[in-house]
Amino acid sequence: MRLLSRSSLLALAAGALVAVPATAQQRTLTYYGDFDPAPLAAFQTAIAEFEKANPDIDVVFQNFDHEGYKTAIRNFLTADPPDIANWYAGNRMAPFVNGGQFMDVSDVWAEHGLAESLASALPSMTLDGKQWGVPYTYYQWGIYFNRTLYDQVGAEVPSTWDEFIANCAKFKEAGIDCVTTGTKALWPAAGIFDYLDLRTNGYDFHMALTNGEVPWTDDRVKATFTEWAKLVEPGYVVANHAAVDWQDAAALLVQGKAANFVIGNFAVPYFKDGGMTDETLGFMPFPTITPDVPRAELAPIDSVHITAGAKNPDDAKKFLAYLATAEVQTKINEAFGQLPINKDSEVGDDPYLQAGFELLSTTEGGIAQFFDRDAPAEMAKIAMEGFQQFMIKPDKLDDILMRLEAARGRVYK
Amino acid sequence: MAVAHPPLSRTEAPSRSWWRRNQQRIAPLIFLAPGLFMFAVYVLIPIVQSLWLGFYDWDGLGARTWLGWANYVELWTDDAFWTSLKNNVIWLVLYMLAPPAGLLIAIFLNQNVTGIRVYKSLFFFPFVISQVVVGLIFSWFYAPNFGLFYKLIEAVTGTGVAVLADERFVTYGIIAAGLWPQVAYCMILYLTGLNSIAPEQVEAARLDGAKGWRMLWHVILPQLRPATFIAVVVTVIGALRSFDLVSIMTSGGPYGSSRVLSYYMYEQALSEYGYRMGYGAAIATVLFLIMMIFISGFIWKMVRDEREG
Repeated sequence: MRLLSRSSLLALAAGALVAVPATAQQRTLTYYGDFDPAPLAAFQTAIAEFEKANPDIDVVFQNFDHEGYKTAIRNFLTADPPDIANWYAGNRMAPFVNGGQFMDVSDVWAEHGLAESLASALPSMTLDGKQWGVPYTYYQWGIYFNRTLYDQVGAEVPSTWDEFIANCAKFKEAGIDCVTTGTKALWPAAGIFDYLDLRTNGYDFHMALTNGEVPWTDDRVKATFTEWAKLVEPGYVVANHAAVDWQDAAALLVQGKAANFVIGNFAVPYFKDGGMTDETLGFMPFPTITPDVPRAELAPIDSVHITAGAKNPDDAKKFLAYLATAEVQTKINEAFGQLPINKDSEVGDDPYLQAGFELLSTTEGGIAQFFDRDAPAEMAKIAMEGFQQFMIKPDKLDDILMRLEAARGRVYK
Repeated sequence: MAVAHPPLSRTEAPSRSWWRRNQQRIAPLIFLAPGLFMFAVYVLIPIVQSLWLGFYDWDGLGARTWLGWANYVELWTDDAFWTSLKNNVIWLVLYMLAPPAGLLIAIFLNQNVTGIRVYKSLFFFPFVISQVVVGLIFSWFYAPNFGLFYKLIEAVTGTGVAVLADERFVTYGIIAAGLWPQVAYCMILYLTGLNSIAPEQVEAARLDGAKGWRMLWHVILPQLRPATFIAVVVTVIGALRSFDLVSIMTSGGPYGSSRVLSYYMYEQALSEYGYRMGYGAAIATVLFLIMMIFISGFIWKMVRDEREG
C-alpha cells in the first residue's frame, strides 16, 4: 500500500514534469507495467517509436516490481487508475472485467481485424462475448531435458507417457532423479497437472474442469491422477520439492542430478547461465497419454488492457492497436525471447523458440493458458496446494479431491 | 475595592469561575484530543469497519453482498482455519521458552569480564537484524541439498531432512527461527533488570546462607518481576503476530501446513490469489478476539498494580 502510493506519487510527479515542456495540444497517456529489465528496454523503445509516430501523444510509463504488481494492481485500479495496465488473459482477468475495472475493447479488435491476426489468442481474451485487452506475447511450456543424462543411461527421447515412465526407471537405477521441480511457489506443480489432464482428457474437458463444470471427484479427473501417480509413487520426482524454488530446481537439471523439467520457455536463460548449450539442453513436447485425444498445449499469454477509469481512452485504443501490429510484436518478442501472437510476425531464430512456434502453430486441440489463469484465483490456490500435497502424499488423493470438490461448490456460484 | 464595585465583580466572577471550576476537567480533554482523534481514525474505526466487513462477501472490487454469519460458519468447517489456529497455539506455547532462555543468557552474561560488552552485543545481534533476514538465513540453513542443517542431519543419520518441506516439522522450524531474535530481546530486558537489583538484599540473603537456586528463586526473580512482565507481554504479542517469518520461509506451505491466522487472513484477502475481503476480515476478527483475551489480561494486571502502588 505504502509502496503503491509512493510510486503513484512518482508517476504523478513524472507526469507533472513532462507536462511542463509539452505543447498545449499534447495529450498524456499513463501506462503501468511490470517488466523485467531486458523486456523493459524493448518496451520503452516501442513506446518511443509510438510517440514519434504520434507526436501529439505523450506516454508516461511507470514500471513496477513483477511480483508486487500482482497485488498493487487491485489498489491502483480502484484508487487512481492509469489509462493502460499490464495483466494476463483468461480467467485471471475475470475479477477486473466483472468488477468493471477493465474497458471493453471489442471495437479495437473489429476495426483492425485483430480477430484474424491475433486469432490464436481470441478465445483467451474474450469474456461475455467481448474482448477486454490486446495480447502481445506468449511462450510454450513443455519438457526441458538434459541430453547428456539421456545418453548416459541410454534412454531415447520418449513420445508416449509409458516410454517416459520407462525412462524414469533407467534414471532411477543410475541414481538420477527423473523429474525435477520446485513447488515452493505452488504453480510449477500446476504445469504438470495441466499437461497430464490435457493429454489424458483433452482440451475441452480441461476447460470444463477449470470452469467448474465438472466435479473434481469425476472418474476422468481420477484418471489424470492415476497417470501422475506413475511418476510420484515410485519416487521419480526430486525429493523435498516443496521447499525448492523453480530456479533451484533448474539448477539440479544443470548439475546433472535430474533429467527432466516441466517448465515454460522462460527457464531457458537460467539453463544457459548454468553452462548448458543447445547441444546439451533438449526440448520435447509433453508425451502422449491417450492416443486419440487431439494434442493441446499450454502457452500463457500476457496482455495489455485499458482501464475503465482511463482519462484518455481514445489514445489508449490507438496504443493497443499499435501494439497488436506484426512489426511491433516481432521486435518486442525478439527482446523477450518469447513468441509473438500476431500471425504475420517473425519468430526469433533461437531453437527453443522455433520449436515452440512449430508446436503451437500445429496444435489441433487448443491452447490452454495455465491453471492459475484458466481457473478463478481462489480455486487455483486451493487446487495447487492439493497438487503439491498429492506429489508428497499420493495416498491422500481422495481427501484432496473431496476438498477441491467442496471448494468448487463455493467458488463457482 | 471589591465592596466599591459589587456589580462588576459579580458579573465577572461567575464567568471566570466557570473556566476555573471546569479547567481541571477540560484541560486534559484538550490535551488528549489530538491523540484520541488519531486513535479513532487509525485504530477504532478500522476495527469497527473490519468487524462489519466480516459479514459480507466482497472481492475488494465489485459489489458487496450481505452474508450474515456465513463467513463464520464457513470458518468452523474450514480445515485450513483450524490448522492455522492450531499452529498459533503451538507458536504461543513454544514462544514461552523465550523469557526463561533470555533470563539464562542474561544471568550468564551479567559478569565483569574483559570484552563482555562485545559478547552482549553479539547475543543481542539477532534482534537488531530484520525478521526478513532472519527468515532467509534460516531457510538457507534448512534448505534441501545445500543447507547446513540438512547436511548435518545427512552426515549423522544418512538421510537429510528438509524441515520446510515436511508438514511434521515445518512449524517448529519456523518457530526456532523466531525464537532466535525473541530470546535476544528477552535477554536484553533481563540484563537491564539485573542492573537494578538491590545489592543489599543479595548481600543479606548471602549472609542468611542463600545460594544457587534458592537465591535465584526467592531473591533475584521477585526483583525481576517488572522485567518478566514485559518479557511475557512482548513474547505473547510476538507469537500472535507472527507473519513475516511464515511469509518469507514457506508462504504457509507445504500445502498450507505452516499457516498461522495472520498469514491465512493475508492469503484470503490480500495476496496474489486472495479476493475474499469478507472472509479475511472474519479471520482477522477471530485473531483480534484471541489477542483481546491476552491484552485485557495485561491491562487488568497493570491497572491492579497501579492501584496497589
